Amino acid sequence: MKTCLVVDDSSVVRKIARRILEGLEFEVTEAEDGSKALEVCQRQLPDAVLLDWNMPVMDGFEFMGHMRRLPGGDQPKVVFCTTENNVAHIAQALSGGANEYIMKPFDKDIIADKFAEVGLIPVGQAMV
Amino acid sequence: MTPTEYEYLRKFLRDHSGLDLSADKQYLIESRLLPLARKAGLSGIGELVQKLQGAGASALVTSVVEAMTTNETFFFRDKVPFDHFRDTIMPEIIKARAGRRSVRIWCAAGSTGQEPYSLAMSLKEMGAALTGWRVEIIATDLSQEVLEKAKAGIYSQFEVQRGLPIQMLMKYFKQTGETWQINPELRAMIQHRQLNLLHDFAQLGTFDVIFCRNVLIYFDQDTKINIFNRLARQVEGDGFLVLGAAETVVGLTDTFKPLPERRGLYKPNDPRTAAAKPALAGAAPRVAVMAGR
Ligand SMILES: C[S@@+](CC[C@H](N)C(=O)[O-])C[C@H]1O[C@@H](n2cnc3c(N)ncnc32)[C@H](O)[C@@H]1O
Repeated sequence: MKTCLVVDDSSVVRKIARRILEGLEFEVTEAEDGSKALEVCQRQLPDAVLLDWNMPVMDGFEFMGHMRRLPGGDQPKVVFCTTENNVAHIAQALSGGANEYIMKPFDKDIIADKFAEVGLIPVGQAMV
Repeated sequence: MTPTEYEYLRKFLRDHSGLDLSADKQYLIESRLLPLARKAGLSGIGELVQKLQGAGASALVTSVVEAMTTNETFFFRDKVPFDHFRDTIMPEIIKARAGRRSVRIWCAAGSTGQEPYSLAMSLKEMGAALTGWRVEIIATDLSQEVLEKAKAGIYSQFEVQRGLPIQMLMKYFKQTGETWQINPELRAMIQHRQLNLLHDFAQLGTFDVIFCRNVLIYFDQDTKINIFNRLARQVEGDGFLVLGAAETVVGLTDTFKPLPERRGLYKPNDPRTAAAKPALAGAAPRVAVMAGR
């Protein structure tokens, strides 16, 4: 089973994301900010990170930078999932090492499409 | 809705768009046509049916037919056909047409444009291999409403997140507020035309590639066969037909044969079927010459 770390300061968003990702057969862990997420990654890197941008303590972009520098930290697929929906933010995320980008609000179809796009799930599964 | 009214609408739709409704789709008619009837100031389906039979109903006919079409589509829908386009179809075409350096592609039910624009982006991504080529993409649909949207090339945040890789969004779209518009250069690659597949389409000329996806599923068997046979006349002998995931020619016609290991891809069976090419008629086609990068 593939693992996905959901990083978002809203427990409601984490719950919705968890339900969708479990439906796509991921084992889900949660973190409420970037620094908590980094602790999780230092113990064990997930296959995927669904990552909010604006969070207290450490934001998503800073977290990604730290995570990418961990041994093996280039491996996890990072999919941003944020209300920052402008070109400048998207470009910044991509050049900082993000693999995909979701502009909130999101739903199951968008998550499935984006995860299929980066090869985390087979395309067929996104075609529900 | 009375059984007579339902039967009238079933026949009406089969005649006008090919839509083949089974005997139990009353709910579908009601959910799509009741709002339309109300908007037209009619009391319900009964009065709508009466109006359709009267003189001067052509605008109403059009809106009923369009309201019953399913326009759902995504960028790079099902992904695999677009991989085939990039890895199988275009390499073959590029070799075969190296002399005349032109390619004609037809999206036979292009809906709101995601499919033809996906092809346009794929072609752009091929870069130098197509530099100097004349590329023609004709996108047709029955519905004028979806054609208008396709022409504008403006999509919601939700739509650009279905099937479109983020790099492509960044590269080929411009954000304006909450919406995203595809670049003029890509819009210029596509010619949009209203066309009912039930009617003659010989005037479009012949194509190297025909995408006809997720539209024949709505038609009955005879209509499918009829359309396959006419499509066979519009595709070059060495060209390709691409169908949707739930569609096939198998058991319906031998004018096309499936390509092994290439799901959804078909080739015309007898190269001679495309031998007698009708001359390209109509307005001067919009042709995009691919610029180098
Ligand atoms: C489900 S969409 C498919 C769009 C796209 N090809 C895809 O696969 O995503 C079907 C389209 O077929 C169009 N259509 C339905 N009947 C048609 C007909 N008789 N002639 C041409 N287009 C038709 C509808 O208007 C609709 O836009």
